[in-house]
Amino acid sequence: MSETPPTKRLDHRLPERFVPTINYDLCRVCRRCVNDCSYQALEFRESRVVPSGGCVACGRCIAICPASCIEIRPVPPQFAPHGNWSERSRRSILAQASSGGVLLSSCGADDPNPAIFDDLLLDAAQVTNPSIDPLREPVETVTYLGRRPGRLEVYDGKVIVREDDTPLIRMDMPLMFGHISLGSISYNAQKALFMAAKELNIVAGSGEGGLHPDFYQYADRICSEVASGRFGIKPEYLKGVAAVEIKIGQGAKPGHGGHLPGEKVTTMISETRMIPLGTDALSPYPHHDIYSIEDLAQLISVLKESTEYRLPVGVKIAAVHNVGAIASGLVRAGADFLTVDGFKGGTGAAPRVIRDHAGLPVEVAIAAVDRRLTQEGLRNRVTVCAGGGIRSSADMIKALALGADVVMVSTSAMVAMGCRVCQQCHRGLCSWGIATQRDDLTARLDPNLAAARIVRLFRAWNEELKEVLGAMGIDAVESLVGNRDRLRYRGPNPKIAEVMNVKHIGEGWG
Amino acid sequence: MKAVCKPKGHAHECDCGKECLSVVGDRAVIDLDLSPTRPMHYTTLNCVMRKAMRRGCSSIELKGVMGQRYLASTASTPGLYIAVHGTPGNDLGAFLNGPTIEVFGNAQDMTGNTMNSGRIIVHGNAWDVTGLAARGGQILVQGDTGYRVGIHMKEFGGSRPTMVIGGTAKDYLGEYMAGGTVLVLGLNGGSPVGRSLGAGMHGGRIFVRGKVGPEQLGPGAAISPLSPEDEREVRGLLDEFNKAFGTEVPDDMGGYVKVAPSSSRPFFGYYDKTNV
Repeated sequence: MSETPPTKRLDHRLPERFVPTINYDLCRVCRRCVNDCSYQALEFRESRVVPSGGCVACGRCIAICPASCIEIRPVPPQFAPHGNWSERSRRSILAQASSGGVLLSSCGADDPNPAIFDDLLLDAAQVTNPSIDPLREPVETVTYLGRRPGRLEVYDGKVIVREDDTPLIRMDMPLMFGHISLGSISYNAQKALFMAAKELNIVAGSGEGGLHPDFYQYADRICSEVASGRFGIKPEYLKGVAAVEIKIGQGAKPGHGGHLPGEKVTTMISETRMIPLGTDALSPYPHHDIYSIEDLAQLISVLKESTEYRLPVGVKIAAVHNVGAIASGLVRAGADFLTVDGFKGGTGAAPRVIRDHAGLPVEVAIAAVDRRLTQEGLRNRVTVCAGGGIRSSADMIKALALGADVVMVSTSAMVAMGCRVCQQCHRGLCSWGIATQRDDLTARLDPNLAAARIVRLFRAWNEELKEVLGAMGIDAVESLVGNRDRLRYRGPNPKIAEVMNVKHIGEGWG
Repeated sequence: MKAVCKPKGHAHECDCGKECLSVVGDRAVIDLDLSPTRPMHYTTLNCVMRKAMRRGCSSIELKGVMGQRYLASTASTPGLYIAVHGTPGNDLGAFLNGPTIEVFGNAQDMTGNTMNSGRIIVHGNAWDVTGLAARGGQILVQGDTGYRVGIHMKEFGGSRPTMVIGGTAKDYLGEYMAGGTVLVLGLNGGSPVGRSLGAGMHGGRIFVRGKVGPEQLGPGAAISPLSPEDEREVRGLLDEFNKAFGTEVPDDMGGYVKVAPSSSRPFFGYYDKTNV
């Protein structure tokens, strides 16, 4: 890239997107907002607090203002209106023409395309199949992660559990935390997730950043991740945990690796990931020992051999167009569970062009994987986990009905901790102490309080799941998995319904 | 083929290795030719090896290995010595954490995959992706190696992986390298290294005895002269190579090329973080 110095500098500074507005009648000039704004969007000048540009609407100032006198206002359109040339498209061009860089973003794809989840309606029982009151009658939400034996062996009236079956991981609800690495989030944020997983008796992903020595106390609830960077892998990272997952791809950036910028590779990150201090931590785009399903089978086998067949070994892939056939390959390669990550899934940093444009919505991906595995007689052998943009218990329930055994949730758990989805994770300045490595910011997050908030959220979602199961007249979540008859599609494109094998609204059982 | 044994710490002990494992003192010998099932399945052989490790053996000698994969993966017994006679399969010594493995024959692909510490000595050739993502320990190969060797090796704290290749390495040697040292001697003639050498490397160093043309370098790699400290490191590695294989590599320090990253921050300035 050759850079020619401009002969005359033309300042193409972009208009602000948000402006914190202060009601000076109420402001007590305590300056907490100025001190707390990690984006330095507020300053104290001439005896009052004024906006200084760069506000990202993280909402920290609003939350800490004792006088409740701050309001963040989106700046109205500053460009001439145009139906095709959106503000963002023009802002992107202006920014890239100045920097020559690849636009970086974080969190999930934020384009306004509606989620297919919102086009699905749930069924409920009436007359012939009576509904169940979950407060009065048991509704089972226990879920198991791992490879199923596929059949029961009965000898002398007793069910025999075959000894060469890998143990299943029991979880109290069909939810797990997705893989968020130490590095993309702070020590306190990851600790909160692990504490919550332990309390809820579900599984949390370690992410690919290794496992901090302090977190081995939660290891029986952690699914450790083996990704292309092979960060932090040591015997106890493989042997002492609940499950091991090979990460092939991530929904937010299918086919892309990871770049943890050098300034985030602190001493703690360097030791946990086992990488050099202060250099860019690169996760290569592919695993260099995996160029085929057969190669993947080798990595699965070596992990099973290393863990002496005591743990389930799974594979995570990003939802891409051929996801059904790939999933079939994963199961045949020996994966005990597979995880499908949809394109609205979160990320600590991803090129915008990939985040917003590559991959498949998780709703379609789940249905495609479930259908393909069922057709090939493999579906009953594995656990299918799915995630990527699960915003509510309704999304979770619809994902289950489309064919997922376990729903993977990450961003919602972070929102429970305090995240406002301002999409600045890649800058490492998170004012809530979540997506940052700066000690002063990390200290803002109390892991005990954050864990308690996540636990309350997930318990509430599980109650909502029971309510819906009861309303459908179903007494165990297993009977909802893949039960597309309990869904109807009401969206604009019936072809989507056909691909997902979901009936259109108005179509009955017959 | 015998039914696959998958030991899981059950109350009963499996009978793997009944015919082929013999333990004298703390030395174990596993002779695969004595096994009624040939070739022995890799799960069985690994089970027998773990059995020997559990019994506290300080050395394990494998005879008649015929391509069994994943041998000694995650082996962590300090001071353990494993001798392999025959040809081990892929992923020999994956996640190795301390022991020494000596192969009297050729190794296959992915030897020393993601190893932490320990040594792997190959009296022969080692093929593709040897030493992938190693964070410590040492791999010595007397003969040639294949493609994509030493990919993404990294160092941290006091841990630095080293690899010496007596013969040649093919393309993509040291790709994505983030630390550690690779020394290629080219003793058997021919071009010591292939193309795309050190592509995307952002740490570590590759020393090549012989010539490296600029057209052989991958993006991010640059040629530089050896510093006195580099020469000390090369001499130290040559010593270990000579000791391991009984060779006498000439001490001709003038004939080495050093390939090192042009930046430890290859992605600095690559991204635009504007809030669009």
